[in-house]
Amino acid sequence: MIGNFAEAGADLELVGISKRFPGFTAIQELDLLIPAGSFFALLGPSGCGKTTTLRLVAGLEEPTTGKILIGGKDITNIKSYRRPVNTVFQSYALFPHMTILENVAFGLRRRKIPNAIELATEVLKLVELEHAANRKPSQLSGGQQQRVALARAVVNRPALLLLDEPLGALDLKLRRQMQLELKSIQSEVGLTFVHVTHDQEEAMTMADTIAVMNKGRIEQMGSPSELYDLPQTVFVANFLGQSNLFSGKVIENNANSFTVDVSGKAVKVPTKRAQRHSGSVTVGVRPEKLDMHLNKPKDAANLNILGPGVISDVSYTGVSSTYFVDVPGIGNMTVFAQNLEESENFGAGQQVWLSWVVDHTFGLADMPEDEGKFVRDDDTTSLAALELADLIEEIEEEM
Amino acid sequence: MKIKTSQLPLIIVSGLILIWMMIPIVYTIIFSFNESAKTNISWRGFTLDNWLKVCDNAEVCGAFINSITVAVVSTIIATALGTMIAVALVRYRFKFRSAVSLLLFMPMATPEVVLGAGLASQFFAAGVEKGLVTIIIAHTMFCISYVVVAVKARVASLDPALEEAGRDLYGSPQAVFWRITFPLLLPGIVAAALLSFALSFDDFIITNFNSGQVSTFPKFVYVAAARGVPAEANVIASGVFFVALILVLSVQIFGYFRRKKLAKVSA
Amino acid sequence: MAFAAFSTNAAPVEAAPKKRSWIAPFLLLPGLAYLSLFFLVPLIALLLTSFQATEFGPLGKEFVYAFQWENYVQAINEYMPHIGRSFFYSITATIFALLIGYPLAYLMGVTLRDFPMWKSLVLMLVIAPFFFSFLLRALAWKQLFADSGPVVGVLNMLGLFGPGDYLNGTDFSVIFGLTYTFIPFMTLPIYTSLDRLDIRYLEAAGDLYGKPATNFWKVTIPLSMPGIVSGTLLTFIPASGDYINASNMFLGSPSTAMIGNVIESNYLITQNFPIAAALSIALMAVILVAVSIYIRRSGTEDLL
Repeated sequence: MIGNFAEAGADLELVGISKRFPGFTAIQELDLLIPAGSFFALLGPSGCGKTTTLRLVAGLEEPTTGKILIGGKDITNIKSYRRPVNTVFQSYALFPHMTILENVAFGLRRRKIPNAIELATEVLKLVELEHAANRKPSQLSGGQQQRVALARAVVNRPALLLLDEPLGALDLKLRRQMQLELKSIQSEVGLTFVHVTHDQEEAMTMADTIAVMNKGRIEQMGSPSELYDLPQTVFVANFLGQSNLFSGKVIENNANSFTVDVSGKAVKVPTKRAQRHSGSVTVGVRPEKLDMHLNKPKDAANLNILGPGVISDVSYTGVSSTYFVDVPGIGNMTVFAQNLEESENFGAGQQVWLSWVVDHTFGLADMPEDEGKFVRDDDTTSLAALELADLIEEIEEEM
Repeated sequence: MKIKTSQLPLIIVSGLILIWMMIPIVYTIIFSFNESAKTNISWRGFTLDNWLKVCDNAEVCGAFINSITVAVVSTIIATALGTMIAVALVRYRFKFRSAVSLLLFMPMATPEVVLGAGLASQFFAAGVEKGLVTIIIAHTMFCISYVVVAVKARVASLDPALEEAGRDLYGSPQAVFWRITFPLLLPGIVAAALLSFALSFDDFIITNFNSGQVSTFPKFVYVAAARGVPAEANVIASGVFFVALILVLSVQIFGYFRRKKLAKVSA
Repeated sequence: MAFAAFSTNAAPVEAAPKKRSWIAPFLLLPGLAYLSLFFLVPLIALLLTSFQATEFGPLGKEFVYAFQWENYVQAINEYMPHIGRSFFYSITATIFALLIGYPLAYLMGVTLRDFPMWKSLVLMLVIAPFFFSFLLRALAWKQLFADSGPVVGVLNMLGLFGPGDYLNGTDFSVIFGLTYTFIPFMTLPIYTSLDRLDIRYLEAAGDLYGKPATNFWKVTIPLSMPGIVSGTLLTFIPASGDYINASNMFLGSPSTAMIGNVIESNYLITQNFPIAAALSIALMAVILVAVSIYIRRSGTEDLL
């Protein structure tokens, strides 16, 4: 079997990793432990440093500071071609001048493994492409190329398999199919997978553990359900699914919960679901947790109630509808509701009250930034700033 | 897909231009079969003698061999040096980048007389005897820039991820270069070498300034033009042309059948 | 193929390379040293020669290093007609070559896009002259244009030419020769530009109410501008220094002599090195100025 020459998956540990490029810092003081055998996802918007992290692990970039350990062994100064790590590249990077079989056997041959062709053929069977062994990469479809890229990496039985947005180029249906396939291959071969992606749905479906990255830092790490149920920062609350967020001062502290004053309305938060318990805080609730009522619901200890507000827009998405409710003093709230019979009552312009169970509220560690949900660092201004920094450096160099 | 009638004028005009371009080539080839006397200007009858006894004219043949020698040697040197520069230009960051680009552009933007006269002045000042070596030095010089341009395009279109994948798959730097980088650059390098060869083989102006007593094929033709170019010169030019034509054609046909085969496999 | 060398907008330019390495100087140094030694130093040698003074020593004529800038005055005064003629011929030939080369390039790059076999055939015919001795081709035209040759014969028959009219050695034959020589150099870069032209731009222009002629001027021409610039340069620069076509052994006569002929005869025949050098430097200076203005005005600085 293909597993006969490498130890199983190994732990990956990053200690105090930073990476600065001319003009900007991609990663700041990153610490991370990925246990052996796990399917780990690094999730974040483009430019958050997730791909750089992957490239550091692969040895394609050198960290400015910090250490990288695989299975407890420091590999920071080991060249990429001596690391027990393989990568599935975003563009697949299949060698266009070699056949599929030659591509898959490339790593084995470099390591002088005697039965390279045999092993390569075997792994091609695993990805159901043995019939294409003698074709060139350009003759395969995107999904097939992706499978070859995966086979080419997996065949080496690396301690760690890195996946750099490998599904990004595929269409939705194929992507879903490949996600399942990847997952089954991982459980079959039992390697440690580190998957980089900006697609939160992809990360949630596939990974055991997700680390959400933003601006070169890890914002929060946990299982998909933990992250969704209990986001700890504004960024995570908004990047992973949608959230209704409110900011205000804590006005009352009880044993199990505290109350936040949001523009004169009281919102209760369970103490154990909040990161901060005093002063100004931001709290939130997921849109599907909200209920709409035509009349003001009865006050209850375990219920947060806001309203009245006016439905400003409704969009129908099939399984559910999305309602935008404008609540005076609070702003726009998003509500997901199933399309049941009573939905007919909720048209645009209708006055409604909103309620949710206190236990669904979460309290965040930080406050939203002024200019919106989160600042993407790949917009034109940031890119222009990068360009400028680059230019300045180049000019200095020429002098 | 069919040609539209609105495109006919362009096709006819282009056809005429192409015929016009071929006239002197066909003329010269025809006169390589002329039963020529002292000069080869008027048609005196068909013969294969010029082709069969081309090297009876030792002067033409010697010049031809010199030209081949010069073209081969300067192509090899220029291709090696130019390829290295092209890789550095695309792949690395270094000081004085714009100065380097200018130095590479200048030889292409300088008329050949100036290049020729300049080198000749330098050889004169340094007291270097002109000959085969000075011709090779001159040809290598003007070929380098063209090689850089041709190979640069190829390097720029080479995805760096391919080499990264090679390193990731346990390829040492040498293995990555010889198994990935070099094979992928090869078409560009071959094209650059072909161009160098053609430029060098056909160069007259720079050669004229730096050849001393040594004759090359173009120089032979130039000198002979005053008293009548022998038919053997036509034979050599035509022969070189046919060899080049067969080479290009076989590459094209090979490529065509390969594509066809590939299309079949993937269907 | 070889024509790749003429493309200016060959590959999409990626972000400037970030890596710095000891390999870069190792790769650059041999080639740059070579160019410095055999291109830059010769230019300096030429510049020094151009200021040399002539002395008559015991061994005959000798040149000594001096700062005799009068060489330039003398060269320009004496050869003004040749300089003017050179630029007149080369500019005219460049314009004709563009008018002839563009349709050919358009045919290959756009019209024959869906006919790969025809396209490669035309391409081969355009490249063919590269593989055929340039001097023999020029000589072939000389013989075809000869007084007893077919072209003059036909013109006589048509009554366009009388006795005593001739073709060889005229402005016409030299410009004809220059145009002919540089057609492939003009056509190939334009072809590479047009080949990369996305047909959808033309479709979009048509969709936005552009007539075919308008689309050609407003879309096709601007998008093929890099090819036009590089083609005209590759024609104009060598044409202005050429001395084969204008030589009286080929298509010219003493009255058509260009600056190249003058440099050649001063250098190789009368061995008047300082004058030849001064003319070379002057020619190069004019070309550099003209080319940099041209590149700047056409907005294709990245050609460098």
